[in-house]
Amino acid sequence: MAVSLGIVVVATFAIIHLVPGDPVRAVLGPSAPAELVARTRSELGLDQPLLVQFWNYVVALVQGDLGTSLQTHRPVADTLAQRAPATLVLAGVSFVIAAVGALPIGLATAISVRSGRRRWLDLAASALVGLLIVVPNFLLAVGLVWLFAVQWHVLPVAGWGDPAQLVLPVLALAIGPMAYLARIVHVELLAVLDATYMTTARSKRLPSRLIYLRHALPNMLTSALTIGGLMLTGMVAGTVLIETIFAIPGLGTTIVSSITAKDYPMIQGVVLVYAAMVLALNLIVDLVLMSIDPRSSLAEG
Amino acid sequence: MAAQISPMRARLASPVGVTTVTGLGVVLLLAVFGPILWGTQAEATSVADRLLGASWQHPFGTDELGRDVLARVLAGTRTSVLLALGATGIAVALGIVLGLLPTVLPRVLRRMLTGLIDILLAFPWLLLALFFSAIWGASATGAMLAVGFAGIPAFARLNYTLASSIMGRDYVRAARIVGVGPLGVLVRHVLPNAAGPLLVNAAVHASGALLSFAGLSFLGLGVQSPEYDWGRLLREGIARIYVNPMAAIGPGIAIVVTGLLLTLVSDVFATTPRRGALIRNGLRGLRPARRAGSMRAASASPLELADEAAVVSSARELRIAFPGADGGAVERVHGVDLEIAPGEVVGIVGESGSGKSITAMALAGLIEQPGAVTADELRFRGVDLLAPSSPVSKRQLGLELAMVFQDPLTSLNPALTIGRQLTEAVEVHEGVSRAEARERARQALASVGIPDPERRLGQYPHEFSGGMRQRAMIAMGLMGSPRLIVADEPTTALDVTVQRQVLQNLRRAQALTRTAVLFISHDIALVAGFCDRVLVMKDGVVVEQLAADRLLVDAQHPYTKALIACVPDMTSDRTRPLPVIGETGAVRRAS
Amino acid sequence: MTDFQIENLQVRYGSGSHAHLAVDDVSLRVPEGRTLGLVGESGSGKSSIAAAAVGLVRPSSGAIRLDGVDVSGRGSAARAMRRRIQLVFQDPFSALDPRMPIGASIAEATRATGRRWSRAEKADRVSELLQRVHIDPSRAGELPGAFSGGQRQRITIARALAGEPEVLIADEITSALDVSVQGVILNLLRELQGDLGLTVLFISHNLAVVRYVSHELCVMRHGRVVETGETEAVLASPADPYTAELLRAVPVLGERLDLGATA
Repeated sequence: MAVSLGIVVVATFAIIHLVPGDPVRAVLGPSAPAELVARTRSELGLDQPLLVQFWNYVVALVQGDLGTSLQTHRPVADTLAQRAPATLVLAGVSFVIAAVGALPIGLATAISVRSGRRRWLDLAASALVGLLIVVPNFLLAVGLVWLFAVQWHVLPVAGWGDPAQLVLPVLALAIGPMAYLARIVHVELLAVLDATYMTTARSKRLPSRLIYLRHALPNMLTSALTIGGLMLTGMVAGTVLIETIFAIPGLGTTIVSSITAKDYPMIQGVVLVYAAMVLALNLIVDLVLMSIDPRSSLAEG
Repeated sequence: MAAQISPMRARLASPVGVTTVTGLGVVLLLAVFGPILWGTQAEATSVADRLLGASWQHPFGTDELGRDVLARVLAGTRTSVLLALGATGIAVALGIVLGLLPTVLPRVLRRMLTGLIDILLAFPWLLLALFFSAIWGASATGAMLAVGFAGIPAFARLNYTLASSIMGRDYVRAARIVGVGPLGVLVRHVLPNAAGPLLVNAAVHASGALLSFAGLSFLGLGVQSPEYDWGRLLREGIARIYVNPMAAIGPGIAIVVTGLLLTLVSDVFATTPRRGALIRNGLRGLRPARRAGSMRAASASPLELADEAAVVSSARELRIAFPGADGGAVERVHGVDLEIAPGEVVGIVGESGSGKSITAMALAGLIEQPGAVTADELRFRGVDLLAPSSPVSKRQLGLELAMVFQDPLTSLNPALTIGRQLTEAVEVHEGVSRAEARERARQALASVGIPDPERRLGQYPHEFSGGMRQRAMIAMGLMGSPRLIVADEPTTALDVTVQRQVLQNLRRAQALTRTAVLFISHDIALVAGFCDRVLVMKDGVVVEQLAADRLLVDAQHPYTKALIACVPDMTSDRTRPLPVIGETGAVRRAS
Repeated sequence: MTDFQIENLQVRYGSGSHAHLAVDDVSLRVPEGRTLGLVGESGSGKSSIAAAAVGLVRPSSGAIRLDGVDVSGRGSAARAMRRRIQLVFQDPFSALDPRMPIGASIAEATRATGRRWSRAEKADRVSELLQRVHIDPSRAGELPGAFSGGQRQRITIARALAGEPEVLIADEITSALDVSVQGVILNLLRELQGDLGLTVLFISHNLAVVRYVSHELCVMRHGRVVETGETEAVLASPADPYTAELLRAVPVLGERLDLGATA
């Protein structure tokens, strides 16, 4: 975890130094006066030795100072604090909906097609999931907008602040991962049902409720949660596209506009926040996994 | 070779295979000839035709410069495909290098490299791509590099996993022993075995690259005007979605269809057929046969019979079939007759594929679909196992029938405590209180010689050794009122000294409860030494039945004699070659 | 005189608090042309000895000597000498490269001889070896998938012989096979030893099988040798209680299992 954080800090610091050519020229354009270039360079601290720059960057970071935006000339930290909640709400709500929806769907389809029953349902489900995985969320978003906003006029096209404006972005972000997670639950449950200990459970002629919920479910939670964790970080990334389509003032719209404008301090800030979010989510997933696995010492203590 | 090609041909000829191959062929042709055929039309501006909706002349409409969107989508195939392939190429090439490198590096460097890859893997592809495109800026090459580099960690990890699993194989060890160096091992053994899965994964990866690329172009970070690819066209189309939805849907379809085709490659070419397909194929022709005997057998009331049953378990003309590889049903047990008297210890001996295990499973009523069981009669203490189960029969089977399986690692549920697994059957079927069930479980564990049973009840299976798990399984059978314990190779996975302890426990349990035991093993000496009566099975047929103590004297069937003769024991003549079993199953004395 | 000798061998896995001593100060000697049976239960360290002898694991101390040369070192002399020791694995399904024709696998193993082989020489050698293990030499171009478990095991034996070894280590070579095939492999091993004068270290958990093929016997437990000697002598009057326990646990056909007082 500490190593990951270190790598992230170094990587974000490195962005501006990895830009081919002169980053300041890239920002200001080839015709900018030399004096302005020099001033911007010293504003960014680029005229100092690399190690000193890095030290200053880390010290400022610890103090919560992420530099000043080249576009707005406001502190990057302020903008991020203002933008992050929208992204978090969008990703969080989508994840909860995807997870809550996927579990029962996956269990139900797996149980109803187990050992080759109802072949058509198995085929239809896997085809649907295959399609939903390939359809990227931004295309799904476009389709949803066209259907619900343009054709039926039941939901707003874009914007942020009203709960109704949350519906389409969340759907667009949640449907794909929900299908995927449901499929994982489905496949894992079928694998668990094949295990010898499930034969042991069946030999006791327990009611199906106990067989599935007590014996099968705990054994597939680990893999479902691992995938769920990956899905959650994937959703954080997915917000970038969804925010752009629905004009949501989050981190995604911020990073896209700052990459286009070559606003390096802002880019560094957003990347750092994204990375921190991903790392935090991974940590949470790991902790949850450890607490439910009887083989880890945490559960015994 | 022949054995591996023919299923591949079959898969290529399947509807999915044909669709995938022709679809990808069309995409490839479009990438080559698209710009030549539609290039001019795609860039011809016409003020009069600006922003037209979909029509026969312009199926996807026109853009703000009056260019035909369909022509642009077709001509844009080349750019889209090339950029996706370029990004995939970067990810695959560097991914292979970074994935194979750790296998030849010293341990410290290997740990560092794989650790770094794992950390990078935690970050979603799109975020990594954004990071790289921040460096290389918003341009087509920048985006290609970004998508390519972002894909490296995933591909490297895949490669590493694949390579290390191959490196752990004995054939790689064998090559090292004869003096093949690390590089030679990579080239001669690892790459040929990894090539198939890598190719398949590269195709799936290309699908991901295509979608990511479309995403970046869509965000305005990829291909820049006046160049165009599908993502760029989509971005332009969405701006006018209210006026002309087809301008957005057209490029969207192109992206989804191509992506889907690339993903399907894995379904068609992956070397391991999915288990779903196997099961599905096998089902044909099985259903009519299921439970054919149930009509005849369901006459008498089960409970009445149970009390005075002279036999614990009986099977007449038992046949068991499973789906075969070619789709039909394959009968694996061909009409077995068997009766087990109360308290009797019966053994079945046979080699792998003899059908001894599935026979035992059928006697316990545990063969599930897609397996199909038919018999003139199949009963456990009066319960007709071919008829649908009732609450009464479930209760009886749950309390009176116990199982011990071969692999102690997998026969207990890893997620539940031993106590829970022991107590649940009596809690459910006898309505015993939790406290009483737990007390019974404590006694059961103690009776199979597990020390400190109170503490052991709260533990999980992974805290038990292999021998203790088998004893816990026996204890589980003692919780109710066992009438039959089916023990399928219960000691095969155990050391001989542990085997002895487990058998001691099994015999003690048998003596204590007067339960019958069905004991399955490949070891004829073990079966004969433990059981009262021995059945010899071969290829799904019982070839001989004997009293265990008459085995050496009375064995008539050549296969039984061969089994007795071909296994070395502590009295075998060491100066002579062992007799071997010939094709007919008869003993052949080596000269 | 090609004595195969192991002196005070130690094999350790892991380091620090997780270290596990798999082989603890083991010494044994296999005289030329004889078979030493190494018997023990899982975790007794018998397979670690095999792995150390062919260089798959590096011993933490001790020596493995062939003709007096320590083969456990890093030097080229040690490496060349180590190739005079060849190993046959337990699982014939994992021991052959599924993508490599069996003939090529055997030909690859001729490297261990340290000589250069022409293509024709290799082909001759492969068919000679296949005949030796009673496999039709015309099948050399087929992939392992076309052969049964017993046939595969015979092919891996042919591969081990391609290195022209002086010492052959057989690590549980019949435990993955059906009992009817086991006899074929054991007979083949005896036949080869008689014809080629091989020195054999035969590792197995099955006392009856070890007894059948071995001149001498070495019983291991928890990484240590508990008893060693001429096979008949050891089995007739085991000096160590563990050997006696192993003997008692072997089921004997025609006798009721001796399970103590419980029955």
